[in-house]
Amino acid sequence: MSEIAQKVKSIIVEKLGVEESEVTPEASFTNDLGADSLDTVELIMEFEKEFNQSIPDDEAEKILTVGQAIDFLEKNAGQAGK
Amino acid sequence: MTLRRVVVTGLGALTPIGNDVSTYWNNLAAGVSGAGPITKFDASKFRTQFACELKGVDVTQYIPRQEARKMDAFTHYALIATDEAVKDANIDLEAIDRNKVGVIWGSGIGGLRSFEDEMIDYAKGDGTPRINPFFIVRMIADSASGQISMRYGFRGTNYVTVSACASTNNAIIDAFNYIRLGRLNMCVVGGSEAAVTRAGIGGFNANRALSERNSDPQGASRPYDKERDGFVLGEGAGSLILEDLDHAQARGAHIYAELIGGGMSSDAYHITAPHPEGLGAFLAMQDALNDAGIQPSEIDYINTHGTSTPIGDPQELKAIYQLFGDHSFQMNISSTKSMTGHLLGAAGAVEAIASIKALEHQLVPPTINLVNVDEEIDSRFNLTPLTAQARPLTTVMSNAFGFGGHNAIVIFRKLS
Repeated sequence: MSEIAQKVKSIIVEKLGVEESEVTPEASFTNDLGADSLDTVELIMEFEKEFNQSIPDDEAEKILTVGQAIDFLEKNAGQAGK
Repeated sequence: MTLRRVVVTGLGALTPIGNDVSTYWNNLAAGVSGAGPITKFDASKFRTQFACELKGVDVTQYIPRQEARKMDAFTHYALIATDEAVKDANIDLEAIDRNKVGVIWGSGIGGLRSFEDEMIDYAKGDGTPRINPFFIVRMIADSASGQISMRYGFRGTNYVTVSACASTNNAIIDAFNYIRLGRLNMCVVGGSEAAVTRAGIGGFNANRALSERNSDPQGASRPYDKERDGFVLGEGAGSLILEDLDHAQARGAHIYAELIGGGMSSDAYHITAPHPEGLGAFLAMQDALNDAGIQPSEIDYINTHGTSTPIGDPQELKAIYQLFGDHSFQMNISSTKSMTGHLLGAAGAVEAIASIKALEHQLVPPTINLVNVDEEIDSRFNLTPLTAQARPLTTVMSNAFGFGGHNAIVIFRKLS
């Protein structure tokens, strides 16, 4: 597992209070991990802070699962920080 | 119309001298101070480096960690104290009409620490506003009453009163009126405050309101003593269940006391200083006696606002003398802030509980650290110095005054 994936997982475990084993790539934040709309906003913000990336709203709307978050962050890693 | 009678059927306390009502009362009766060095932040550069903090509270014992992190400490305290009060009142949540149970809570400030932390975090960044989506809900004062309603499904009237250090007494009086009028059967009332923070201590230091007796924290809150130099900031919560008397009797509830009157006024004078002749305090106490329909001579004990500030303490006593005349010297007076510190918006809550427990035990908790009464104060007052005094108690008054000139007074009586 990449370093990014590991960090994403630990943020989700911390913020949503779920077990690490539940945080699979397919897991949906809202359907599987019990997040509400504010939790989801918080997760995106934590990702932005942790990886020093800016995730535009239209991109954020497409990040619904753990795997989608990891993919986005890995793809944009090292690019245009802030 | 006939007004309904209102009684107290449950109590919960989370205070600097006890994390439940029974510990709180035992320490009040024993004259224990809750003051100590500040542990919540590095106060070494502050004028005041001590406070009355809570001790040994494990929030996650009461609130799941995931929920707790979406709340400020003042809301944690509200939920913890209310848990005790609801249990104490022995409420069968399935048997009562929860649409007729309200929550009216008091907080002077709300989520101060949450506000500070978020803004400090923001200021450390490059200006990009990555504000946490839970920031507003942690901070706003009404989150306490909202969270209490969600925990128990109480769907009646719900809001928070904000009148600085009078906040809880305003909450109690509002609930009193709704129950008297038949709009509610029960109401959770109380207050919570968590202002032992950099902004709280620094802000009150800037007002020159806090004691700076850093060498002797436990001797710092000394209402009426000539060496007093300001109040000691406290934190915590108190929660009370108010209930329609008939409703309480029908379900066989234990009744601590009857709430018989509430009085309110404004000084209309100054943002921090009380009226020099105690006019607002006088008017509010008079209003409370009128509301209760009793004579001044019927009050046996006043749990005063008595914050231990040089200006405030004598003025409250002047107002008492003006209203009660020579009976002022027959009754007992004490300031339990000498032990708890000043819990700001929650002061009225923990002092209402102190007053009710005094009635129950027929014992007046003391004003500790009162060694030499200020010459400005009439020596005929019985200010209950140093140790508790046993005496017959039927009717007790609890005073609260807030920055802004808000005055709110409540009167409790043994049920007859």
